[in-house]
Amino acid sequence: MSAINGRSSNGSTAAPKTPRTGGEVVCDAMLAAGVDVIFGMPGGASLPFYDSLYMYQDRIRHVLIRHEQAAGFAANGYARATGKVGVATSTSGPGATNLVTCMANDIMDSVGVVYITGQVARPAIGSDAFQEADVTGISIPITKHSYLVMDVDDLPRVMSEAFHLASTGRPGPVHVDIPKDVFLETTTETAPDQVNLRGYRPSKVGNARMVRKAAEVINASERPIIMAGHGIDISGAAEELLQLATRGNIPVVSTLHGVGTFPETHPLSFGMLGMHGLAYANFSMRQTDCIIGLGTRFDDRAVGKEDEFGPGAKVVHIDIDPAEIGKVLETDVPIVGDLKLTLQKLLPLIEDRDRTSWLDQMNGWRRDHPSLKIPDSPDSVLPQEVVRAIYDISGGEARVIADVGQNQMWAAQHYWYERPRMFFSAGGLGPMGYALPAAMGVKLADEKQDVWCVTGDGGLLINIQEFNTLAAEGINVKVAVLNNAHLGMIRQWQEFFYEGRYMGAFLDNPDFAKVAQAFGLHGVGTSSRDEMHDAIAMAHEYDGPVVLDLHVDRVENVYPMIVPGTGVNSVIEDPR
Amino acid sequence: MNEAPETHMLVATVADHPGVLTRVASLFRRRGFNIASLAVGHSEEPGYSRMTIAVEGSAEEVKQCEKQLYKLVEVVSVRNLTGAPAVTRELAMIKVRVKSNERLGLAEITDIFRGEIVDVSKTSMIVQMTGAQSKIDRFLDVITEYPIEEISRTGVIAIARDDVGPRNGRARG
Repeated sequence: MSAINGRSSNGSTAAPKTPRTGGEVVCDAMLAAGVDVIFGMPGGASLPFYDSLYMYQDRIRHVLIRHEQAAGFAANGYARATGKVGVATSTSGPGATNLVTCMANDIMDSVGVVYITGQVARPAIGSDAFQEADVTGISIPITKHSYLVMDVDDLPRVMSEAFHLASTGRPGPVHVDIPKDVFLETTTETAPDQVNLRGYRPSKVGNARMVRKAAEVINASERPIIMAGHGIDISGAAEELLQLATRGNIPVVSTLHGVGTFPETHPLSFGMLGMHGLAYANFSMRQTDCIIGLGTRFDDRAVGKEDEFGPGAKVVHIDIDPAEIGKVLETDVPIVGDLKLTLQKLLPLIEDRDRTSWLDQMNGWRRDHPSLKIPDSPDSVLPQEVVRAIYDISGGEARVIADVGQNQMWAAQHYWYERPRMFFSAGGLGPMGYALPAAMGVKLADEKQDVWCVTGDGGLLINIQEFNTLAAEGINVKVAVLNNAHLGMIRQWQEFFYEGRYMGAFLDNPDFAKVAQAFGLHGVGTSSRDEMHDAIAMAHEYDGPVVLDLHVDRVENVYPMIVPGTGVNSVIEDPR
Repeated sequence: MNEAPETHMLVATVADHPGVLTRVASLFRRRGFNIASLAVGHSEEPGYSRMTIAVEGSAEEVKQCEKQLYKLVEVVSVRNLTGAPAVTRELAMIKVRVKSNERLGLAEITDIFRGEIVDVSKTSMIVQMTGAQSKIDRFLDVITEYPIEEISRTGVIAIARDDVGPRNGRARG
């Protein structure tokens, strides 16, 4: 809520221009940020904005979603797939409160989305007007920053600040709440040439002395391991990561969001670590003497019990957010900076060390604990097989968007991601219903890329109304429903930790193929292995959205597993 | 990392925008930091306010609190004055129920503490006390024999002495 009454934007050198309405200012700001697709649903308070969008529809595609939550998740997918800022918009009150889950999701996963919400007209604010809600009051704890714009003259500056904040430093959601009458008023103000925020100066390259110290610690280590996080992707540092690993013969494990930042078929890749990470990735964290955390916040699902995680190991941590350093692990070498720029400084200092015995040890674990072996299942198709079939049929070239729960872990585990921005998932907040709308955003980010939405039956139902958007907009997403007729992860936890007292875990589902058909989509359902393969191959070839209702084994569990509250010393492997 | 909690003094310069206090208060609440007191007012620079925040927690916790404060876009700087040479003051007003024959006694104690009697009625006196928090606490301990009707305290404000050395670097991000 940092917009102020009666203060004009400053620092602008441009000559006074033709007056623009508030709505036009917002559209121009989106164009300036390179945004060509936005997601939203109109309402009374945002109608003036939609009147501006009408005039810009040759340059900005507006995708009408069927629930505002889908707008936020789609904008998240668009932002993550393009590296640009995503935009979601809604009206005041209920429209805006439907975006709240999306904001919380973006801030947890560091995704830059600008939310444009309508607000009741200024004279009505605070009067409990129709569709009024204090949404900037609600969004404060779940956004990087927020504005309530009370003067149209502030709007050009606010919009450029919003896109700047969303996309720089540690990206995050920025909320701009605009009263209906501010959209309508005109201004001759323009955005300043450069954003000037005294309280916001993101770091560039890390401290040189600390970078030298990091090199010393890494060079002196015998059993180092790189933990690659989402920051690699955000900073565009995948090439630098590859060089760091190969130059120093350093193995790499990744977090859930780090999946694909290091090619997963590379001999130095040891996969994803964490609660459902690969056994050998987690074993290596017991023995390492140097954890190199790159763009990661050492999330509890990745780390588990902290004192089992690299006990005695030196910790080198590079992140752009100083508040993440030292938050979870005591850090020996803290470096605040942009990963790409900082790794470029670090690389020349890394020595080519022989780490054969460490790599042999790790490869021994990989051989003895093959976490990705799919067991035989004569009577049912296993969900892992579905993910593997998508990998095989797409040649590993499809972008995969997973939902939340078992499907998310299988999609992360059983597909080998060779590049960043191939696997998308809501990791931090874990909102079921993410995958389908996010897949729409990922697809519209680059329509040449094949896009598969891998979802459970439970998560699909949370935003299944978006089948309508897929059909109406012709968004070519392939949806694979791993249908086990359960909230699978709930069922698994009740089996493991509540002695099989299943409560609220069973789902009495509709026929999703028929539901898809009713929405005008190509829908196919099957429970047979051969038909599953055929259906995936068909979907791969089909020119348009497809929904595959794949009836998989109902009680398959995700392995390996680290029991909550324990650490990497307590990995439970598949007993079969 | 498990040090005993103590009170730390953070001084923040913040943009004087509507809602900035909400942002700071929201941050403390959601991260579970304990505010002992928070005082806010204009600073030497137009458009910026200064907040003095007394935070309870271990040094590690308060370090994290400082970093989280820096992340707020409207927070321009944060200094931790704990243990640094600084002047800290609080203002308290204390309404005490006194009979006419007790007035002199209370006035005497107030005088010893260099406080001021700012109001007298038939049944009560209002004492104004300025100083370090500990001094005000001591004064309140001393006057326990009098029934206290009301206490209003501003919360502590702090300003660094000039020999404090180089300013804390602005953490960026």
